Amino acid sequence: MLILSRKPKQKILISDDIEVTIVEVKGEQVKIGINAPSSVKVFREEVYQEIQNENKAALVKDQKPVLPDLNLKIKK
Amino acid sequence: MEIKTKTMGLVEINDEQVIDLVDGFYGFEQFHKFALMDSEKEPFFWFQSLEDENLAFIVIDPFLFRPDYELDIDDKLLEPIQAESPTDILVFALVTIPPTGGAITANLQGPLIINKKNKKGMQAIMNDGKWNTKHDILAEMNQANSKDSNGRG
Repeated sequence: MLILSRKPKQKILISDDIEVTIVEVKGEQVKIGINAPSSVKVFREEVYQEIQNENKAALVKDQKPVLPDLNLKIKK
Repeated sequence: MEIKTKTMGLVEINDEQVIDLVDGFYGFEQFHKFALMDSEKEPFFWFQSLEDENLAFIVIDPFLFRPDYELDIDDKLLEPIQAESPTDILVFALVTIPPTGGAITANLQGPLIINKKNKKGMQAIMNDGKWNTKHDILAEMNQANSKDSNGRG
């Protein structure tokens, strides 16, 4: 892994269109700003994992899944 | 056209029901063609893969049980499906039915967003921290209903 030391306000460039800025360092927390084209997806790693795991859980396994009655009120 | 489904055998659908999931679902990136179909029970829908009959999800309109749901999305985020206006999009939440019983939940953090005009879809990830992947549908629906009736006195 490439490891770079940076100070607040300093940046890292990845390729020619991704810019990572160290915005603030406060105790154990680092605020990072990212400028990237919309085709580049940026996520907190744990959120990304969580969505993947939930998709796998949501995959219907049962041949006859039991769906609840929501008793939707019909709005007039 | 006729498609193979996970739980309903062969089903006839029309082209209007076919959704092109541009990047697939996270964890299932290789599957792109799905059909949005009525389920046996309203207001749930099937989101059935056309490429693998065993890949099927249940989805629901999240606003039905969370009238306060909102998507924090900008135009940039919707670029992959070329949506130009919020009125072009349909939003669904993936439903998880735990195999061991227990609460049936909906994922409001990773909604399925479909552009009605071109039938392109994508899974968005909400980074605002307001919504998570396991919202108890029945519990939150009851909560919303009781608020509703209180509000009207």
